[in-house]
Amino acid sequence: MLEVKNLAKSYQKDKPALTDISFKVDSGKFVAIIGPSGAGKTTILRSLNQLIKDDDGQILLDGEDIRAANKAELRKLRRQIGMIFQNYNLVERLTVIENVLHGRLGYKSTISGMIGRYTEEEKREALELLDKVGLSEFALQRCSELSGGQKQRVGIARALIQHPKVILCDEPIASLDPASAQNVMKLLKDLTVEFNIICIANLHQIGLAKEHADQIIGIRKGQMVYNDVSENLSEDAIADLYGTAAVKELVE
Amino acid sequence: MISKDEAQPILRKPSLRPDPQPKRIKLHKSSGSQWMINSVFISLILITIYTLTHLNTENVKLSDAFHGLGMTLNQIFFQPNAGSDGIVVLLQALGSSVLLAIVTTIIGAVVGFVLAVLASRNLTNAYLGAGIRSAMAIIRAIPTILWALIFSIAVGLGPAAAIMGLSFHSIAYLTKAYSESIEEIDQSTIEALKVTGCKFWVIVFQAVWPTIIPSLVSWTFIRLEINFANAIAVGAAAGAGGIGYQLFVASGMSFDFHEVGMIVYMVIIVAMLLEFVAVKIRQHYLTTK
Amino acid sequence: MKQPKVNAAKFLGKKRMMQTAAIAIIGGIYFISCLVLQFNTVEGIMSVPKAFTWLAVNFQPTPESMSYLPQIGIKLLETILMAIASVVVAAVIAIVFAILGSKVTGISKSMQIFVRGLASFFRNIPLVAWAMILLFSFKQSNFTGFLALLFMTIGFLIRAFMEIIEDEAGESMLALEATGASYFQVIFQGVISQIIPSLISWILYMIENNVRDATLVGILTGTGIGFVFDLYYKSFRFDAAGMTVLAIIIVVIVLELLSNQIRKVIL
Ligand SMILES: Nc1ncnc2c1ncn2[C@@H]1O[C@H](COP(=O)(O)OP(=O)(O)OP(=O)(O)O)[C@@H](O)[C@H]1O
Ligand SMILES: [Mg+2]
Repeated sequence: MLEVKNLAKSYQKDKPALTDISFKVDSGKFVAIIGPSGAGKTTILRSLNQLIKDDDGQILLDGEDIRAANKAELRKLRRQIGMIFQNYNLVERLTVIENVLHGRLGYKSTISGMIGRYTEEEKREALELLDKVGLSEFALQRCSELSGGQKQRVGIARALIQHPKVILCDEPIASLDPASAQNVMKLLKDLTVEFNIICIANLHQIGLAKEHADQIIGIRKGQMVYNDVSENLSEDAIADLYGTAAVKELVE
Repeated sequence: MISKDEAQPILRKPSLRPDPQPKRIKLHKSSGSQWMINSVFISLILITIYTLTHLNTENVKLSDAFHGLGMTLNQIFFQPNAGSDGIVVLLQALGSSVLLAIVTTIIGAVVGFVLAVLASRNLTNAYLGAGIRSAMAIIRAIPTILWALIFSIAVGLGPAAAIMGLSFHSIAYLTKAYSESIEEIDQSTIEALKVTGCKFWVIVFQAVWPTIIPSLVSWTFIRLEINFANAIAVGAAAGAGGIGYQLFVASGMSFDFHEVGMIVYMVIIVAMLLEFVAVKIRQHYLTTK
Repeated sequence: MKQPKVNAAKFLGKKRMMQTAAIAIIGGIYFISCLVLQFNTVEGIMSVPKAFTWLAVNFQPTPESMSYLPQIGIKLLETILMAIASVVVAAVIAIVFAILGSKVTGISKSMQIFVRGLASFFRNIPLVAWAMILLFSFKQSNFTGFLALLFMTIGFLIRAFMEIIEDEAGESMLALEATGASYFQVIFQGVISQIIPSLISWILYMIENNVRDATLVGILTGTGIGFVFDLYYKSFRFDAAGMTVLAIIIVVIVLELLSNQIRKVIL
C-alpha cells in the first residue's frame, strides 16, 4: 500500500508547487492523476521516487518512509518503483533486451552493472516480459528502430523487470497515436491487476482515465481538489478542475 | 511464455547437466556499427601507446622540464607585467589582431556565402557544385599558416599577406558551413518560388537567405573566434605583426615570461569576450526563431 | 483589410531598413579596419592571381624534389601520430571532466563552474603561447608539440563532450536513475553507450584539425612537418616546400574522407 501524507514542495520561495497532498492507494489499483498543465502532476510523481526532493510530508510504501531513506536505502526503494516516461527515455543505441535489463541495475553490483553483465535468469525473464508486452521478436533490435508505441512497451518491460510494487507513469501516452495509446493503457491496466501492483499515471485524456483507472486524483494549482473512484467523476468535478469551457471538449 | 517450472533448472548444479555449456542468451547481434566502433577505439589506443612510448624527447629530462615549466607558468600567470614594450604598444598590437580577425571574417563571410550558394546541391547544377566543393576541400586542407607564408612571398611580408592568408581559409571553411545549412532547407520552400518563375538570385535572397540567417550568423561568429586565434598564430609564425608577434618576441627572443603572461591574459579576455558574444547571439537567434 | 496591409508594409520597411543599417555598419567596420591595417582591398584581390602564378611556377615539384619524399614522409607520419596521440589522451581526460562537470551528470554546482572555467581557460590560451612556453622548458622535441596540442585539445573536447552529454544523455540517464542504478552504472550504461557515436565523431574531427595545427606548432618548435616546410621555405627550396604542401593536402583530405566513412557506419 502506498500512502502519501501532507506532501509539499516549492521550487521557489513563497510559490508552492504542491501543498498538502495526501492520498492512499491499494495494491492492484490503477490511479490516474489529472489536472491542467502546470498543476503539479509531474512534481508529485517525481517526488514519489525522490527524483525531486520535496520539502515536507511523508511517503510510505508498505509502511516504510521513502523520504527518510539515506542514499543507499533510497536506491533499494527505487528498485521497487518503476517509472515510465512520456519520451520513453530509452538508451536508443542499445538493443531492446539491453534496455529491459537496465531495470535490473539496482539489484546488481556496481561493476557488473557498469559493464552490462546479466545472469541467464535475468535475461530469460527479460525475454519473458518482452513476450508479455508483445515484442519478443524485437529483442535484438536497436531501440532507435522502433515505433513510439513499441518504445513505450519496452519502457513498461523495463519497469516490470524491477519487480516493482509501484509503477509511475508520467504522461505515458502523450506522444502516441490513439490506437497505440489505447493499447498501452490497456496493457498497463492488465499488468496492474496481474502482478497486483500499484500504477499511478499522469494523464491529460480524461476519457481514457475514466475508462481504465480505478481511482482518479484531480490536481489544480498544486492542491488536491478531487480524489474518488473513477465512476464518480462528474462533469462538475471536471469543470472545477479545468474551468467550465473545457468540459465539453475534454469529455468528448 | 516460459513458466516457473522451466525457470527452475538454473538451481541445478551445472555439472549435472548433459550439456556442459548452457546456451547463453545473446544481448545483441553483431553489427557493423559496433565492429567499427571497436576497431576505431582499438586502433587509436594502439597508435597512441606506440607514439607515446616512442616519443622523441631529445634527452630532455622530463622531471627538470616539468619543474622549469612550473616556474615559467608561475611567472606567466601570477606575475604578469607589460615588460619592455609597455601596455600601450601591447594594446595597439592586440587591437590590430582583433581588426585582422574581423576583416578576414567579413571577407570570408561575403565570398563564402556566394560560393556556398553556387556549391549547394539543392540550388545549382551538379558539376559547378562539385567543382567548388573540391576546390574548397583542398584550400581547407592547407593550414592557415602556410597560406599566410605563401602570400607573404607574393605580396611581401606584412598585414596584407596575413589578411589574404587568413581569408583563404575562412572562405573555404564558411563555404562548407553555409552550404551545409543551405542544403538543410526544406526543398518545398525553394520549389514554391521556382514555380513562380523567380530568377535565381531572387530565390536566394527571398527564400534561402532569410531561412538560414540564424545558422549563418552562428557560423560566422564561430569563425571570428577561430580567426582571432589564427591572427595570433600568423603574427607569430609568419612575422605578420599584431599581438602574436609580440608574443613570439617575448617568449622566443627576449624570454620575458612576465610579459608573456600579460599578453596571454589580454588574449584570453578578448577570446572569452568573443565566445560570450557568439553564445549570446546564438541564443538570441534560437529563441526568436 | 487596410490596416494589416499598412502594418505589413511598415514591418517590411522597418526590416529592410534594419538590414540596410546592418550592411552599412559591417561595411563601415570593414573599411575603417582596412584603413587602420593599411590593407588595400583591390591590391589584395590583385595579389591572388599573382600568388597563384608564383605558386604554379615555384612550388611545382620537379623530378629532383622526389628525393625529399622520404624525409617528408617520415615527418608527416610523425605529425599524424602526434596528432592522434594528443587527441586520444585529451579525449580520455576530457570525458572524465565532462562527466563531472556537465549539467546532467555533474556531481555538484561548484564542480560544474570549475570545469567550465577550466575548459574555457585551456581553449582560449592561444596555441602559439602553449608552443612557445613549452619550447622554453622542453626544447625542440616532439614532446613539446605533443603537449601543446594536448592542452589545447583538452579545452576543446571538454566543452564539446559536455554539450554532447547535455543534448543526448539527459533523458536516458534520468530513467536509469529511477530504477535505483548507482552513479557509475548510470554513467556507463546510460550515458557512455548513448553518446559514443558523437564522441568518435568529435575525436576524428580533432585529429584532422590537429594535423593542420601541428604544422603551426612545428614551425614554431622545429618539429614534425612544420619544421621541414619551414626549412625548405627559408632555404628557398620551393619545389620541396610544394611537395610538403601537397603531402599535407593529401593526408588531410584522406583523413576527412575516412572520417566521413567511419561516421556513416557508426551512426
Ligand atoms: N525545475 C523547476 N524549477 C522551477 N519551477 C518548476 C520546475 N519544475 C516545475 N516547476 C513549476 O512547478 C509547477 C508544477 O509543474 P509540473 O511540471 O509538476 O506540472 P504538470 O502538472 O506536470 O504540468 P504538465 O501537464 O504541463 O506536465 C509549475 O508551475 C512549474 O512551472
Ligand atoms: Mg508534467
